[in-house]
Amino acid sequence: MAQPVISARGLTKRYGAFTAVDGIDFDIAPGESFGFLGPNGAGKSTTMRMIAATSTRTDGTLSVLGLDANHHGPEIRAQLGIVPQGDMLDEELRVIDNLYVYGRYFGLPRAYVKARSEELLDFAQLREKRTARVDGLSGGMKRRLTIARGLINNPKVMLLDEPTTGLDPQARHVLWDRLFRLKEEGVTLVVTTHFMDEAEQLCDRLVVIDKGTIVAEGSPQSLIREYSTREVLEVRFGSARNEAAAGRLEGIGERQELLPDRVLIYADNGEQALQAVTERGLEPVTSLVRRSSLEDVFLRLTGRSLIE
Amino acid sequence: MSASKLTPMEAPAPRVWGPLRGLYGGRTHAVVARGMRVIARNNWLIVLTGFFEPVFYLLSMGLGLGALIGGVEFYGHEVPYAAYIAPALMAVSAMNGAIYDSTMNVFFKMRYGKIYEQMLSTSLGPMDVALGEIVMALFRGLLYASGFMVVTTVLGLNLSWTALLAIPAAMVVAFGFASFGLAITSYMKSFQHLDLVWFMMIPMFLLSATFFPISVYPEWAQWVIMAFPLWHGVDMIRQLTTGLIQPSIWVHLGYFAVMILLGVTMATKRLKALFLR
Repeated sequence: MAQPVISARGLTKRYGAFTAVDGIDFDIAPGESFGFLGPNGAGKSTTMRMIAATSTRTDGTLSVLGLDANHHGPEIRAQLGIVPQGDMLDEELRVIDNLYVYGRYFGLPRAYVKARSEELLDFAQLREKRTARVDGLSGGMKRRLTIARGLINNPKVMLLDEPTTGLDPQARHVLWDRLFRLKEEGVTLVVTTHFMDEAEQLCDRLVVIDKGTIVAEGSPQSLIREYSTREVLEVRFGSARNEAAAGRLEGIGERQELLPDRVLIYADNGEQALQAVTERGLEPVTSLVRRSSLEDVFLRLTGRSLIE
Repeated sequence: MSASKLTPMEAPAPRVWGPLRGLYGGRTHAVVARGMRVIARNNWLIVLTGFFEPVFYLLSMGLGLGALIGGVEFYGHEVPYAAYIAPALMAVSAMNGAIYDSTMNVFFKMRYGKIYEQMLSTSLGPMDVALGEIVMALFRGLLYASGFMVVTTVLGLNLSWTALLAIPAAMVVAFGFASFGLAITSYMKSFQHLDLVWFMMIPMFLLSATFFPISVYPEWAQWVIMAFPLWHGVDMIRQLTTGLIQPSIWVHLGYFAVMILLGVTMATKRLKALFLR
């Protein structure tokens, strides 16, 4: 790996007796899209805040762009684009002024920020909303404006905390498209998410994080290969009978997971597994064969599902 | 960006030095510019309403009551009643402007608008933010004080040329209250806590030699009043508008210097504690 832009060793954050982040190690290479995947409360946002130098670590080391995050906050943030969870926009200012004023916070010259704001307005596809009030924008528009604002200083690294949470599917795809463009331009993206599809779409490499620790690391494909099978068969027997049925499924596929509403059978060939189920005289109410996803990886690693 | 016609420009490294490293980036003006833009884009009337309160006090008590009272003694000289309370009301208007901005407005930005969290996601430091907000509060204080000065000049209540110095003096008063107000607001968790501030300000407004000399109180009470900042502001501005300048003006200035220093330090620390945890 080239000289990492962000490097953490034994990174720890404690709030009193509560340990939010418990000694994690990771390196993020320049131009990479790196993800933190985990359920709510896993310590993702806290890690992001420490990278952004808006939270000081309790223990370990953290170097961002070659600087110690505990001591060089303003210098580090000068080179970062931060897209916080939820949209923190300045509701007292119009759309274009949100970009302009934010650029001035970085100490960039007036004329430059003015031109750059207009350019980012197009990037965010908000040309028609130029002088609109921020509180009247849709969720997707607000998020795009927040991302555009984070780009005003041409950051080397973009930190995106749950970038598509709360958006409808169409708005998510528009947003992913914008983020792909940034990736193509060589911006390092650091993303937290609890959506497996988002992690698969956006991340070259990710760490699965649970209860403040890293439980697995790799590309989405390699994680799926390592911790799951190629396909998954989902069968439902009705909520009262799932458990009884699961007892009679032994030996089918590599592994099984009994969930309250369905049974998951991990197999390289889902159709064959389904055939084996019916051969045992079991008749599922519904059955579905799908490819393994990061959700399955997470379930395997923690015994819990991502969205609870 | 690929479509960019602009040559991408990196944000300059913050100008940091010594113990202020990480706290101050020398960009207070960007915070002020934001405040000015908000005022320019919204209603100017909101800023101006606070100006009328002391004007009404002056008209009712100064001109109305003044006709019954005649004069009041100030440092051995008889001063017409309206000219006696006018400088006090000017100090009050500076205080009101500064406190209004540094409590109500700051509280809203801190708890609901998340404005400071946004600012501190950039290369601004907490001290840039604190100073910027204090300057905005000073600006409001300046507006109130200058407007009031126009009224008192028209009414002929400025008795000496040194009254010109009353405006910078009112700025000092506003600076003190603004920095302290900002520090106190950072501890507040609800709008109810703000009521405490107003609860403190009313007795200070009524008792700090605003409408009558503090010599009417027993000595211990005089010491209590002199411990509060408004009395220093009132006496300082009154010395300037009446031209009866005493050496004690340096004590007043010193009082505010300490208040400003403590307020700015405390506000910076609190902003750091709140937003850079």
